[in-house]
Amino acid sequence: MEHYNMNLTLKVWKQKNTNEKGRFETYHVKDISSEMSFLEMFDVLNEQLIAEGKEPVAFDHDCREGICGMCSMVINGRAHGKWEQTTTCQLHMRAFKDGETIVVEPWRASAFPVIKDLVVDRQSFDRIIQAGGYVSVNTGNAVDANAIPIEKHMADEAFASAACIGCGACVAACPNASAMLFLSAKVSHLAMLPQGSPERKERVMNMVNQMDKEGFGSCTNIGACEAECPKGISIENIARLNREYLGAMFDGGSKNSI
Amino acid sequence: MALNSKIPAGSLEDKWEKYKSTCKLVNPANKRQLEVIVIGTGLAGASAAASLGELGYKVKTFCFQDSPRRAHSIAAQGGINAAKNYQNDGDSTYRLFYDTVKGGDYRAREANVYRLASVSANIIDQCVAQGVPFAREYGGLLSNRSFGGTQVQRTFYAAGQTGQQLLIGAYQALERQVALGNVTQYSRHEMLDIVMIDGKARGVIVRNLVTGELERHFGHAVLLCSGGYGNVFYLSTNAMGSNVTAAWKAHKKGAFFGNPCYTQIHPTCIPVSGDHQSKLTLMSESLRNDGRIWVPKKQGDNRKPNEIPEEERDYYLERRYPAFGNLVPRDVASRAAKERCDAGYGVGASKQAVYLDYASAIQRYGKIEVSKQGIANADAATITKLGKEVVKEKYGNLFDMYAKITGENPYEVPMRIYPAVHYTMGGVWVDYELQTTIPGLYALGEANFSDHGANRLGASALMQGLADGYFVIPYTLGNNLADDIRTKSIPTDHPAFVAAENEVRERINKLMSIKGTESVESFHKRLGKIMWDKCGMARNEKGLKEAIEEIKALRKEFWSNVRIPGEVNEYNPELDKANRVADFLELGELMCLDALNRNESCGGHFREEYQTEDGEAERRDDEYMYVAAWEYKGDSNFVMHKEDLNYEVVHPTQRSYK
Repeated sequence: MEHYNMNLTLKVWKQKNTNEKGRFETYHVKDISSEMSFLEMFDVLNEQLIAEGKEPVAFDHDCREGICGMCSMVINGRAHGKWEQTTTCQLHMRAFKDGETIVVEPWRASAFPVIKDLVVDRQSFDRIIQAGGYVSVNTGNAVDANAIPIEKHMADEAFASAACIGCGACVAACPNASAMLFLSAKVSHLAMLPQGSPERKERVMNMVNQMDKEGFGSCTNIGACEAECPKGISIENIARLNREYLGAMFDGGSKNSI
Repeated sequence: MALNSKIPAGSLEDKWEKYKSTCKLVNPANKRQLEVIVIGTGLAGASAAASLGELGYKVKTFCFQDSPRRAHSIAAQGGINAAKNYQNDGDSTYRLFYDTVKGGDYRAREANVYRLASVSANIIDQCVAQGVPFAREYGGLLSNRSFGGTQVQRTFYAAGQTGQQLLIGAYQALERQVALGNVTQYSRHEMLDIVMIDGKARGVIVRNLVTGELERHFGHAVLLCSGGYGNVFYLSTNAMGSNVTAAWKAHKKGAFFGNPCYTQIHPTCIPVSGDHQSKLTLMSESLRNDGRIWVPKKQGDNRKPNEIPEEERDYYLERRYPAFGNLVPRDVASRAAKERCDAGYGVGASKQAVYLDYASAIQRYGKIEVSKQGIANADAATITKLGKEVVKEKYGNLFDMYAKITGENPYEVPMRIYPAVHYTMGGVWVDYELQTTIPGLYALGEANFSDHGANRLGASALMQGLADGYFVIPYTLGNNLADDIRTKSIPTDHPAFVAAENEVRERINKLMSIKGTESVESFHKRLGKIMWDKCGMARNEKGLKEAIEEIKALRKEFWSNVRIPGEVNEYNPELDKANRVADFLELGELMCLDALNRNESCGGHFREEYQTEDGEAERRDDEYMYVAAWEYKGDSNFVMHKEDLNYEVVHPTQRSYK
């Protein structure tokens, strides 16, 4: 792979806190190596700003290996940038050319208020899980792990849904700011396993109710969520969620739901 | 102060069973009156908080990330060990115990390790019950693979995302307790001090990272589940935010620090590509199941890997360690890679890398698939294609990650790998009950020092974190809190809380008032370089002595010239980082001191002065078969206490993987 250096113009969203209005700020960075990750390019920018006595750009990040789900930037209009199935931290600068202008914004959704600059509050996701995204099994209650065989393809599909990292790119990508892909991945993961089956009806009703309460929009089958998901979570999960939801409604399974 | 490890009497097999049957209990009504603080929400913290919440304790959890689900346990790739013996290949509790003690180079406590091995099977049961989607065979039962340092298949896994799946399982159990009102969770909060009342840990001072406000929280007990301190090296496989601060504050309040010099350098990471590098990425040890590690036989060979014929390749692990081959423990594999690179056989632009090659695994799997599918006279292209599909299913996400970072296709060319800091076996000293030398303060998971000796085996970190949280602390905490049922919650206007908060505030104000010229990041990088060069994969007396002086000087410079932009009372990541780096600058010195004291080589601690003729670690059991537990006595003033290690069952020998 050919390495090269580049100079870039960055238009970055700056916002002091949740209450104040934000605006775009323009920065220039020089000699950015094509081998850097996108966040390492931001490290360079921030070091430059600190040296100049200016305030650095706040952004969320932690593992920098594409699994924690903390990084969250809309880059040139696309959640996590233009590489498919890639988080911002795994996007590398060889995706860009010398002289490019890059626009960087936070996730935009009323259920994800901006904390500062590119940092948003995603605790609404935690509350959706609290509404039912679990199996009610206390520590010590378990039977032997091999007591219930699970068909391999079901286990694999449950895993594919469980691979969601809870980053919120689906919400950021959706014009309605719907959280259906996130929610459906969890409902599917648990509904496909025998362990999650006993609570499946209450789970889906309660989690959907919570999603609505948090102010996420509704799903109109646009598919942007799937296209931008860094973990390739399939939109089929939403179809499965709808089946689960209808099944729960007609079955009166909502009697234990809030 | 004499260290009391509180190991129960009786035979190794009976200790934990007996402890559980005889420990004191707290009745359900009293549990509701007892408050427990949990710092960190990785596998240890989330599993402990969920389990304690289920029992009825009033729990508060704190994490610096925006959600408990982000904790760095999530990045563990390869798997989790358990002595299930589902494969009928001779595994047992004893064998897992033995492999762990041996893998740790005979520097771990026998009783703790045996307990770990004996609860390992329960962990898998619990996780499956929670809906953790482990890999399965076509018959519907769980699949296993091998990991380094073992000759059985006891590692359970979920593709290359085992840590993620286990953490989400624990996180969901935790969120359930939040919904039930048993646990209150605080995200974007960082612990900055322990509050001591009458010699006991009774609470914490935390900083709300969004508003900058300091908060006081009371607890009858405090559990540190804050992970390891590998980021003292700046470059490591840890997350950017992983830090020692909670453990270090506890240390300064009286908790001894055990074996700080025991750090694990993981052999298979993506090599450093330049000065801009902010972290290193691990390629799971599970890749050593099928991948073969090699360098060219000729020094400075600049040919492309695919142009180097088989007979000109040196599969040095298979050559040096025929019994374990590519599956030797991590410390052995890392040193062997360093040895080849130092001797001039390294590959890639930096020459600080070796190859991890999947070509032969692709062929092997391809042939199996061809015969499974009954394809007669399959051509080479079909075999390769089918082989790649199998490898993709097993390791696809790891291969994708490699391709994204390096821009190379690992299905076509061998991966380049090099060792990197990964895990710290050292940590806060704890007794058998996981209690530190501060009464009421406990340490779980990577934050404690207890189970891995001088080297941790692969797939054992997840096991230990969950063992501590799900199956150990619910018993040992009760045994101690049973004596605390008459202690009412202490109001946080108590003078000890006020004083602790003031101390924290003054330190933050001091940091902010320096207004120097150099960024926090720059100091962190400089510290990391000292640590890696002089307290890294190989250490010697001269280097360690220099490092101690250099760290002291760097610390002084930090406190007079660091520049922290922004304000105290706002979201200020630079200030958060400064608080952490200030603690790393103290810890680094203690690590060097510990490494200097330990005049032997064992596990991840390799002192160049102590090696056998063929370059293997030379332990000195007569003098160093002890845990070095360090007490903080003030700036640069540490006193060592020894906890002798008594091996009653296993007989320490020189580790051999030949």
